[in-house]
Amino acid sequence: MVKQISIFLENKAGRLASVTKVLGEHRINIRALSIADTSDFGILRLIVNEPEKAYGVLKRAGFTVSETEVIAVEVPDTPGGLARVLDVMGEASINIEYLYAFIGKATEDALVIFKVEDPDRAVEVFQTHGIGVLDSSQVYKL
Amino acid sequence: MYWNQEIECMSRKELDELKLRRLKETVFRVYSFVPSYKAKMDEMGITPGDIQTLEDISKLPYTTKQDLRDNYPFGLFAVPMTDVVRIHSSSGTTGKPTVVGYTRRDLDRWAELMARALTCAGATRYSVVQNAYGYGLFTGGLGVHYGAEKIGASVIPSSGGNTKRQVMLMQDFGTTVLTCTPSYALYMQEVMTEMGIKPSQLKLKSGIFGAEPWSENMRRDLENRLEINAFDIYGLSEIMGPGVAIECPQKEGLHLFEDNFIAEIINPDTGEVLPPGEKGELVLTTINKEALPMIRYRTRDLSSLIPETCPCGRTHVRMNKVLGRSDDMVIIRGVNVFPSMVESVLLTIDNVEPYYLLVVDRINNLDELEVWVEVSEKAFSDEVRKLEQLGKLITRELESSLGVAVKVRLVEPKSLQRSEGKAKRVEDRRKF
Repeated sequence: MVKQISIFLENKAGRLASVTKVLGEHRINIRALSIADTSDFGILRLIVNEPEKAYGVLKRAGFTVSETEVIAVEVPDTPGGLARVLDVMGEASINIEYLYAFIGKATEDALVIFKVEDPDRAVEVFQTHGIGVLDSSQVYKL
Repeated sequence: MYWNQEIECMSRKELDELKLRRLKETVFRVYSFVPSYKAKMDEMGITPGDIQTLEDISKLPYTTKQDLRDNYPFGLFAVPMTDVVRIHSSSGTTGKPTVVGYTRRDLDRWAELMARALTCAGATRYSVVQNAYGYGLFTGGLGVHYGAEKIGASVIPSSGGNTKRQVMLMQDFGTTVLTCTPSYALYMQEVMTEMGIKPSQLKLKSGIFGAEPWSENMRRDLENRLEINAFDIYGLSEIMGPGVAIECPQKEGLHLFEDNFIAEIINPDTGEVLPPGEKGELVLTTINKEALPMIRYRTRDLSSLIPETCPCGRTHVRMNKVLGRSDDMVIIRGVNVFPSMVESVLLTIDNVEPYYLLVVDRINNLDELEVWVEVSEKAFSDEVRKLEQLGKLITRELESSLGVAVKVRLVEPKSLQRSEGKAKRVEDRRKF
């Protein structure tokens, strides 16, 4: 399981920049990110090399931060690769809250971050279907 | 516990006699010494001799904030300036400030009333009173100060601001009673948490909060967060300052010191006097003041009166907690909305902090009300859906309570301005 840092952002100029600035000052490296936005606010989701440290420094800087467990899944980097993974999840009735792609790569496969309701069961299902799931130390190193 | 049992528990008959005598004196004095009152009374064809009973007060003209402005700065004073020993003034955010003055005797009486008020809320000479109302032109600081000294409490005149130091003083000096605005108390608690100090580490037992309207839910919240007993105190500079009325531990209305003030409730639109118990605008007449007597001053505060004697033994009339000041009230498409109503609703929703701002605008000739609410750590979720659900929940609750359409905007924690005195709750962007 991988720790994701989520940050509440008002839709105001410079808010994202101020988050990345805090991380930069503390030499924390962003591995993957996604932003979910509405008309009023956004939620920035980050995978970083040092999640605990990131959580602490952002909180001290006054941001609303939370930690969430997500799964990093290896998806074959070929047409239909993601479709197969989603099929497996659909058949096992695993609901996806959201997903986003990873920037770096561990192997030839692409990496996708999944947030699901029941992460333990999802990992089990992936493993029985031979779908690779990366552990946190592998992801933070990327 | 009473400061002045003889007066505070006086029989109705004696109290009414005292009130009538003082009312007659006051009317005679303003008629003789304040040209503006004389002109108004002459115009209405009334003389001081027409005041023969307490009911006759309704024959007298109203006084408004505008009268104070028209007579800026000292035109309504009933004594020569040589007798005035203190001057206070409002901030004057809208137009000229209003100026009030006190003779030596006025200050003594004010201290007496504040002493009664503090005693009523449980303060004694063993109390350590941290007075975080602003000292200066605002009546809050000095008003509370002299009352607290009079009862023999140890007073820390910390004034407003420098909140970390306030918390440090509270801890190091063993403050037992905090006096400030409710919004500042809330902010102090927030700073306390940031500093890692728990209420159990303090000796704080009670808070005497006033100078702005606050809801019952806010009381409960402050009492839980600070682990104290919170009392509402009422006053306004035009009438005197803090100490016009105060809650006793029953917390069922504020005891209004009738030997000094006569209270009426009127319909704010028609000016008609309403029977006891009905809700309307509070009108106050001072009957024991020298420098600036006020005849039927329209306070703009909405309340109602409770004539029955309180179980605490005090016989003076009580006023219900002020719901709102018509100055703070915003009219949205014809519906009256008070910030305290919004506060009350927010405090019923889990994980929502009582920090909010009402932003009113007129878009395409229609009033729009936005309520900005801070997202707390606990309410935050990495899922948009859950935050939107929270926004919808707040919208629904506000709309059903206020009766107008509301747009809720979730904002970052601590992004709304914190108050060190009177909180700013409304931003009206409409151009009339």
